Amino acid sequence: MKKLLLLLAILPSLAFANAEVHLDKAPIDASNHESLQRGARTFVNYCLNCHSANYMRYNRLLDIGLTEKQIADNLLFADGKVGDQMKVSINKGDAKKWFGVAPPDLSVEVRARGADWVYSYMRGFYRDESSATGWGNCVFDPVSCKVSMPHVLYELQGVQAMNHETHELTLTKPGRLSVSEYDSFIGDLTNYMAYMAEPAKQQRNHLGWFVLLFLGVLLVLTYKLKKAYWKDIH
Amino acid sequence: MTDTKKSAAASKLDSALAWVDDRFPLTSNVKAHLTEYYAPKNFNFWYFFGSLAMMVLVLQILTGIFLTMHYKPDADLAFGSVEYIMRDVPWGWLIRYMHSTGASMFFVVVYLHMFRGIIYGSYRTPRELLWLFGVGIFLCLMGEAFFGYLLPWGQMSYWGAQVIVNLFSAIPFIGPDVSEWLRGDYLVSDATLNRFFAFHVIALPFVLVGLVAAHLIALHEVGSNNPDGIEIKKLKDKKTGIPLDGIAFHPYYTVKDMVGVAVFLIVFSVVIFFAPEMGGYFLEANNFVPANPLVTPAHIAPVWYFTPYYSVLRAVPPILNSQFPGVAAMGLSVLVFALLPWLDKSPVKSIRYRGTLYKKWLAAFVVSFLVLGYLGTEPSNIWGQFGGWLGNAERATVVARIATTVYFAFFVLMPWYTKKDKTLPVPERVTG
Repeated sequence: MKKLLLLLAILPSLAFANAEVHLDKAPIDASNHESLQRGARTFVNYCLNCHSANYMRYNRLLDIGLTEKQIADNLLFADGKVGDQMKVSINKGDAKKWFGVAPPDLSVEVRARGADWVYSYMRGFYRDESSATGWGNCVFDPVSCKVSMPHVLYELQGVQAMNHETHELTLTKPGRLSVSEYDSFIGDLTNYMAYMAEPAKQQRNHLGWFVLLFLGVLLVLTYKLKKAYWKDIH
Repeated sequence: MTDTKKSAAASKLDSALAWVDDRFPLTSNVKAHLTEYYAPKNFNFWYFFGSLAMMVLVLQILTGIFLTMHYKPDADLAFGSVEYIMRDVPWGWLIRYMHSTGASMFFVVVYLHMFRGIIYGSYRTPRELLWLFGVGIFLCLMGEAFFGYLLPWGQMSYWGAQVIVNLFSAIPFIGPDVSEWLRGDYLVSDATLNRFFAFHVIALPFVLVGLVAAHLIALHEVGSNNPDGIEIKKLKDKKTGIPLDGIAFHPYYTVKDMVGVAVFLIVFSVVIFFAPEMGGYFLEANNFVPANPLVTPAHIAPVWYFTPYYSVLRAVPPILNSQFPGVAAMGLSVLVFALLPWLDKSPVKSIRYRGTLYKKWLAAFVVSFLVLGYLGTEPSNIWGQFGGWLGNAERATVVARIATTVYFAFFVLMPWYTKKDKTLPVPERVTG
């Protein structure tokens, strides 16, 4: 029996034998409002031209310390309202013609793929002359390294090259940001996207402690009640 | 309050109660099911899960009612309406997480409840019908979970439903028609979503509640089993007619079950507030991608509570190009629980008085159930392949086949090993 249990315990570790592409750890900190605000700005300025976030409302950003005026002045188009959802005006049919696939909605992207994936993906573009867009990305597809999305941020990151033997990326042409600046730029964006995927998460974790405290007291009281009732049962 | 006032109020209450009792059997029912229902006094840890399952059922119904107020069973709107609940509906995230976590926790408590029935022989005479109602509840619950899982309309919802409904088409003759009727279409579509919604929120809950009522009525008719597997009704107090080892369900077990409820709610809340996805086991990552009939996910896995049976399905190879043997084996692996009352030939009910032979078989069954459960969550190439000496067979598939064999052997060989087993003498009175 013990041997069997031991075997059961090690079985899951065997699962890691066929590893996939390596993902870097995303610097997620939902309590860092400055990082979330920077990420929100990046998201609205760069991502929101093609990708929607249909389930996210602008005024939800009050959660991360922005005011309605800041949202209206900095993030909205002239005719937008703060209660609007983050819709995008790109035509799905056109987008499909241009990229081969319509850009997906990003509201819950981090919940679907994980923050580490987004963080690694946005830092994983490299020059690939053989592809339609001129860019490849092995995070998106570890087998073919093909990706439909062009590297929108190449002016900031610069241009990377992929060594397909060592699977290492090297910067061949620097961009406007240094490597560490770009990493933290993408870190903020990922942090924001993680927040956007589940805006209630902070509240959820916070409330959880009070609920547990309440239930802890309830447990003590119910246990004492049970003891009192059962004292003459032998 | 003075004594006279108190007694005046009490007599008013008494006359109100008498008024009701003349028209509805309130007092007699409270007595029959609570204050004068005598349960064995030696219930242990395993006896919490029946009342917990009932509480989870109530939670699922209540949270479900509130979810239906905002959910839209429409292929274009369903995914968005769930996110709307998660973001824009006040406390919607809490209700939704209670419901999604409740689904998994329902299976946790029901599996533990069933295991209790197995180890203490609670399915034996005179509780065969009680057990069959229970199996019915389990089947109904599986249906509820399956239909409900389509509703968020994510990729896993869609392709999980596609795979399971297609299984029905492997049944000879009637299969294709049955699966088409289930889908309401030739593939999983808006029509499917709408009818699954109907099954999930109306049809099955009705059946489920009815079966739970029958389960309780049967239980209170025959009386509860206990960890010693002896009948407390055999030894009654000569004057009162109350079983010597029995105590009133209320207040003794109601206050005891409240402790169980508090512990359960703590576990439940830890999941809801700190890990609602439970590492992908309660809410799968791929289900945050809207359903897309044109993109098949690389790995389709059912939710954890179905994986043992899913493993059985995969373990059985197709015969004559037909998937039916696998589908039949999967169906049998669930339905075989119903036969337990007639397979067990042991002179004793409880594991406490059984011999080592039975205990070894039970241990082998539990291990095979867990192994099948784990393998069902992973692709079948998870452990790679054996060498040429075994025809390059997939390791996980071979292990799943062995586990499936052990799983069925536990049931098929039960009449033999329970008869052969060397049992211990059973005491007259419960041992605590």
